[in-house]
Amino acid sequence: MVKNVLLLDSEGRRVAVKYYTDEWPTYSAKLAFERSISCKTQKTNARTEAEIVMFDDNVVVYKFIQDLHFFVTGGDCENELALATVLQGFSDAVTLLLRGNVDHGEALENLDAIFLCLDEIVDAGMILETVGNMIAGKVATHNLDDGAPLSEQTITQALATAREHLTRSLLR
Amino acid sequence: MAQYIKKVDDRDEDEYSPFLGIEKGAVLQEARVFNDSQLDSRRCSQVITKLLYLLNQGETFTKVEATEVFFSVTKLFQSKDVGLRRMVYLIIKELSPSSDEVIMVTSSLMKDMNSKTDVYRANAIRVLCRITDATLLTQIERYLKQAVVDKNPVVASAALVSGIHILQTNPEIVKRWSNEVQEAVQSRAALVQFHALALLHQIRQNDRLAVSKLVTSLTRGSVRSPLAQCLLIRYTSQVIRESSTNNQSGERPFYDYLEGCLRHKSEMVILEAARAITEFNGVTSRELTPAITVLQLFLSSSKPVLRFAAVRTLNKVAMTHPMAVTNCNIDMESLISDQNRSIATLAITTLLKTGNESGVDRLMKQITNFMSDIADEFKIVVVDAIRSLCLKFPLKYRSLMNFLSNILREEGGFEYKKAIVDSIVILIRDIPDAKEIGLLHLCEFIEDCEFTYLSTQILHFLGVEGPKTADPSKYIRYIYNRVILENATVRASAVSTLAKFGAVVDSLKPRVFVLLRRCLYDIDDEVRDRATLYLNTLGGDGSVVETDKDVKDFLFGSLDIPLVNLETSLKNYEPTEEPFDINSVENIPAAGNKPTALGAQPPAPASTVDTYENLLSSIPEFSTFGNLFKSSAPVELTEAETEYAVNVVKHIFDKHVVFQYNCTNTIPEQLLENVVVVVDASEAEEFAELATKPLNSLPYGAPGQTFVAFEKPEGVPAVGRFSNVLKFLVKEVDPSSGYAEEDGVEDEYQLEDSEIVAADYMLKVGVSNFRNAWESLGPEFERVDEYGLGPRESLSEAVNAVINLLGMQPCEGTEVVAANSRSHSCLLSGVYIGNVKVLVRLSFGVDSSKEVAMKLAVRSEDESVSDVIHDVVAN
Repeated sequence: MVKNVLLLDSEGRRVAVKYYTDEWPTYSAKLAFERSISCKTQKTNARTEAEIVMFDDNVVVYKFIQDLHFFVTGGDCENELALATVLQGFSDAVTLLLRGNVDHGEALENLDAIFLCLDEIVDAGMILETVGNMIAGKVATHNLDDGAPLSEQTITQALATAREHLTRSLLR
Repeated sequence: MAQYIKKVDDRDEDEYSPFLGIEKGAVLQEARVFNDSQLDSRRCSQVITKLLYLLNQGETFTKVEATEVFFSVTKLFQSKDVGLRRMVYLIIKELSPSSDEVIMVTSSLMKDMNSKTDVYRANAIRVLCRITDATLLTQIERYLKQAVVDKNPVVASAALVSGIHILQTNPEIVKRWSNEVQEAVQSRAALVQFHALALLHQIRQNDRLAVSKLVTSLTRGSVRSPLAQCLLIRYTSQVIRESSTNNQSGERPFYDYLEGCLRHKSEMVILEAARAITEFNGVTSRELTPAITVLQLFLSSSKPVLRFAAVRTLNKVAMTHPMAVTNCNIDMESLISDQNRSIATLAITTLLKTGNESGVDRLMKQITNFMSDIADEFKIVVVDAIRSLCLKFPLKYRSLMNFLSNILREEGGFEYKKAIVDSIVILIRDIPDAKEIGLLHLCEFIEDCEFTYLSTQILHFLGVEGPKTADPSKYIRYIYNRVILENATVRASAVSTLAKFGAVVDSLKPRVFVLLRRCLYDIDDEVRDRATLYLNTLGGDGSVVETDKDVKDFLFGSLDIPLVNLETSLKNYEPTEEPFDINSVENIPAAGNKPTALGAQPPAPASTVDTYENLLSSIPEFSTFGNLFKSSAPVELTEAETEYAVNVVKHIFDKHVVFQYNCTNTIPEQLLENVVVVVDASEAEEFAELATKPLNSLPYGAPGQTFVAFEKPEGVPAVGRFSNVLKFLVKEVDPSSGYAEEDGVEDEYQLEDSEIVAADYMLKVGVSNFRNAWESLGPEFERVDEYGLGPRESLSEAVNAVINLLGMQPCEGTEVVAANSRSHSCLLSGVYIGNVKVLVRLSFGVDSSKEVAMKLAVRSEDESVSDVIHDVVAN
């Protein structure tokens, strides 16, 4: 049972978060949790290996990539390695989806992908998928389509674009 | 420099952020594009992302806004764009629409559920199950059942996980899928197996036999996924726990399976199995060894998560089986310098638990270096561990107390300081030798203490303990310094403390009066008031006189009324001619209002003895019995949740025994009057009934007491069994008006028997150094004999039985029997009635047929008492 998955920036501000329990019922309780966990882990070095900390009877595993901080929280009877696997899957998937440019700005540009990624990892606390490749694969199906412009547009849209091009060239 | 660059970077990002200056109103306006007849899917995706971003940042939509967004989102099902559809699924889940809105999307989602695209199918299932209710579920159940066994693992997982969630609300639907789920457990896809197993277990969790069958069939090895394997291990240990009754036969069921898991290739499974083994009830050291070995290997892993998991598990094991963990001590010591402070703290506390007496000093040196660079919360954990270590090895109090006082002087927050002060107070209380040194440490601490709360607590404690020391005068300086230097609150409590010294130590009285008189000129009202009050109560004419008992009661007695009740009563009190009567305050603690365990307060048992003593001496019939020797803990004489709840407290005097029956009436429609307990002492020949004090009235809910007193021969540990019957007059009460009827009916209620046993004549009093105490008592009244205790369940059971029989305090942690040992020695101390000190040495041995033999050596200050102890055991 995963209690939450967080993606914060280096100052502890939210990029994307997802909570699966009522342990932090209000928005301010959630923010307080994020702020204190970020504060506690700030000085540690979790770049090469995932780190771990006990926090209010919760086990939190975390990993930093550039200025993005990944956290996964579970109860204190949870298997730490299972949580670490989820964390690994999450950070791997995000790395793949951002094509290696893992930083705050890039994450915001592709926030839709990150939301989908969170959605594919854990469903209401149940671990759904832990392999980074698989998660990214599920999310990417549409991101690739995004890159293929004309094929997806309807004829009317295509006509509209064409008309626009035409007028522009005429006016020139 | 690096930080500076980082700051600049941050600012840059903020500027690039696509969500800079985003506003709810504007986004909601933008959401109108969903209604366009020509859908621009990319634009729509962006808008949904913005909406999700807002929700994620804590923005909330009003009901109207949410409904509006929801309806326009439903239009987006027209689009064929896969990416947009995914975003639509997401936003629907986030908006969690109400049931009448759900109908709008059900048909679209059901269409997607049967689509050819796997991604659609999986997601549609998850969305639909999330938002739908029972009636709709029955419509889609058929599809869900199919999906559970779908070829595509993503679809199957989606259906299974949804099943787990639906089970919480509509169990009967999910239970019909049992066959399909069972098939899914055999799936080749790792995660499908994991989800199916979780669901199957939840479906059957209330059926022990089914769970047991499930575990038996799966442990034969068809589970591939490590996650599923972990689940299976959990279920297995659950089955083991529930079947623990038949573990007499020796072999624990499924142990081989768990032991096999220790060699699994996934570390996750190894960890889970090792943890399961360590958590067995009554685990033997043979069972533990393989688990400890793998955990020890983990300790030197390069992964912090793994090191943490291992040390955390070992830490738990150390609480119950310290010996089993000692093999890992060398690895643990290297973890003290671990980068991850959580790991280091756990390693330290484990070492503190497993360490032996000789290693304490070396360990303390290592910890001192480590303390400076960890956070307060870790320090608190360490302080707690040191306190329990000190209680385990009282002889080492000097070095441990020094350590505590050193860290007390260092920087730290309130919680941390409080933990240290509490620890010192507990050590002072439990280790008499440590008292003087501990009090001096506390005195030094308040010289420079920034926390008013701690200062007042320490002053209070000093007032209680200080006067009893050999040289009370040396504390006066510290206390009076508070009066000069501190804020009003601390000054006031310092004044109270001074008064307590004056009250108890007669030789100090004149000096205390001088100091108190100076306080009369304090600028604060409370301080002046207290000084005046104490000067008057102590009779401040400066003469050396014996202090009255009343005054002592006033100064040291605890307020036996819950403060909350007093507060409400005072608030309700209206200033009239009639003075406020403190006796009118209800004496029942408000529900859920537990007294907080402040370290600086006297220990609870002592205060209950005081209250009992006060209570009994207030009853004229019992006031001549002399000093109360011992009051037992309450023994319940009724089953829980019966009409009348009665428990008995046995008060032992030199020549008398008083039974105090605490009765509670749990029936709102009844009022009981003339409540007495009729005691039949025919099975207790040496006791003669002396007096009975009935309870006049026992209304609903308010406990009351009735007493029965017996006379017994002095100095004889008379034992016996008493049968009790509760007799009373019942009156019907109209619950609405609360008035009782005039006439009542005589009734009686059979209670369980009470007993006076030998242990009732023994007070549990510990000694800090058993050997010294033993030597000082000398061998003149030593009695040694050997006894056979017959076959016993285990050695520790036999040891506990003897300790309970004698009712003495085990010393130096000798009540704990190492698992599987064949012999054990136990040290006990106590005070026998008549204030005779008794020490006992027990040596136990057990043979292969579980026959336990015991050698009992008693030393006491009185020959006859030594004999009595032997008599007790012989009988």
